[in-house]
Amino acid sequence: MHEFSLCEGIIDTITAQTHQQGFSRVQRVWLEIGALANVELEALRFAFALVRQDTVAAAAELDIITLPGRAWCLDCAQAIEINQFFDPCPRCGGHQWRLTGGNELRIKEMEVE
Amino acid sequence: MCVTCGCGESEAAIQSHGHAHDHAHAHDHADDHLHGALPHSHPHDEKRRVSLEQDILAKNAALAASNRHLFLELGVFVLNLVSSPGSGKTSLLSRTVQVLRDEFPVAVISGDQQTANDAERIMAAGAPALQINTGKGCHLDAHGIGQALERLPLPKGGVLFIENVGNLVCPADFDLGEAAKVVILSVTEGEDKPLKYPNMFAASQLMLLNKTDLLPHLDFDLAQCLDNARRVNHEVDILQLSARTGEGLEAWLNWVRRGRHAALAAQISQLETELAAARAHLIHGGGTIRRSII
Ligand SMILES: Nc1nc2c(ncn2[C@@H]2O[C@H](COP(=O)(O)OP(=O)(O)OP(=O)(O)O)[C@@H](O)[C@H]2O)c(=O)[nH]1
Ligand SMILES: [Mg+2]
Ligand SMILES: [Zn+2]
Ligand SMILES: [Zn+2]
Repeated sequence: MHEFSLCEGIIDTITAQTHQQGFSRVQRVWLEIGALANVELEALRFAFALVRQDTVAAAAELDIITLPGRAWCLDCAQAIEINQFFDPCPRCGGHQWRLTGGNELRIKEMEVE
Repeated sequence: MCVTCGCGESEAAIQSHGHAHDHAHAHDHADDHLHGALPHSHPHDEKRRVSLEQDILAKNAALAASNRHLFLELGVFVLNLVSSPGSGKTSLLSRTVQVLRDEFPVAVISGDQQTANDAERIMAAGAPALQINTGKGCHLDAHGIGQALERLPLPKGGVLFIENVGNLVCPADFDLGEAAKVVILSVTEGEDKPLKYPNMFAASQLMLLNKTDLLPHLDFDLAQCLDNARRVNHEVDILQLSARTGEGLEAWLNWVRRGRHAALAAQISQLETELAAARAHLIHGGGTIRRSII
């Protein structure tokens, strides 16, 4: 359950930014999470609901934007889309690809007041 | 819709991440937008979108980078050993340090939720060791390693092994500043583990298949296991060994020795760069000592 650690990181960042920019409350947070990221979205939501308590984000909604898994197939020399680490290249069926996107864990933006 | 005043964009645009609307700036809705006949008061003018674009793990990444820099400066090859509980990390490390401590400095940091058993086993094997108890924490992080390094002297020019908390999920996300993650899988765990925990196998440079002495007693499909590992990570090195009998140990030790060589080479080239920079300073700026007229 490192989702709790991740949520603590989110709260730390948005708390610092909220204070720095002179706001008092966070109403919504947008995350970008890659399709292959090492998180369980339900666990993340659950952890966020607990970790946000007694913070500037106590009432904040969480919006999760899923980013697709992208890779570069070395055999095809082509950009491909994949959904899992064990997916074969959809063009050649091989596994000789390198991930180029899809494991993001990013705080995109927040709505404050 | 645009949350600033509810006048424009749709939620869908936000979901698809396709809008080029920078919410961090204060756009003046009162002037720019047509709102028909609606009386356009702004009762929620204070509401603002703040663009962050920050990695959730940014803090850990920064601390890991400073650990990594320290390892580079001191020429320490650092491995982060990850696995499920009981795969044989401590058994393997005990044997490993017994051999390698005669060749170069070695040290071990052991992470467990509770007990100092593992560090004690390593010390009994003759190497400096430090236990980190994570309590409820399910992984080590770069901050914990940084703190541990205040109490455990780094094995300069040698190898630091970090035994992570037994857990095939969470440690995959937390860079400690290591040169490589080594995932240990024991044959008793089943050949499907690389597929079930792909992030960990994808993040590792080396997979050690341990407890091969038990293979005759199991219906473990070795070929399938290796295939599964290569499906999630076609670049992973794989070595088979038994921490119990010592079979296959030498190939692992050689892998570590090669890594240590690479770490020393990196340290030397770093020092050479610094030396060249210092020389350049001497030649170009302020290096010539001018006689001052008294
Ligand atoms: N048969 C056999 N048993 C092994 C081998 N390596 C370790 N074991 C046994 O597996 C058990 C767990 O070994 P440890 O070295 O404590 O495993 P670990 O990964 O450090 O465990 P945690 O730190 O608790 O996650 C012990 O009973 C070891 O004796 C091996 O190669 N063969
Ligand atoms: Mg152990
Ligand atoms: Zn966890
Ligand atoms: Zn291909």
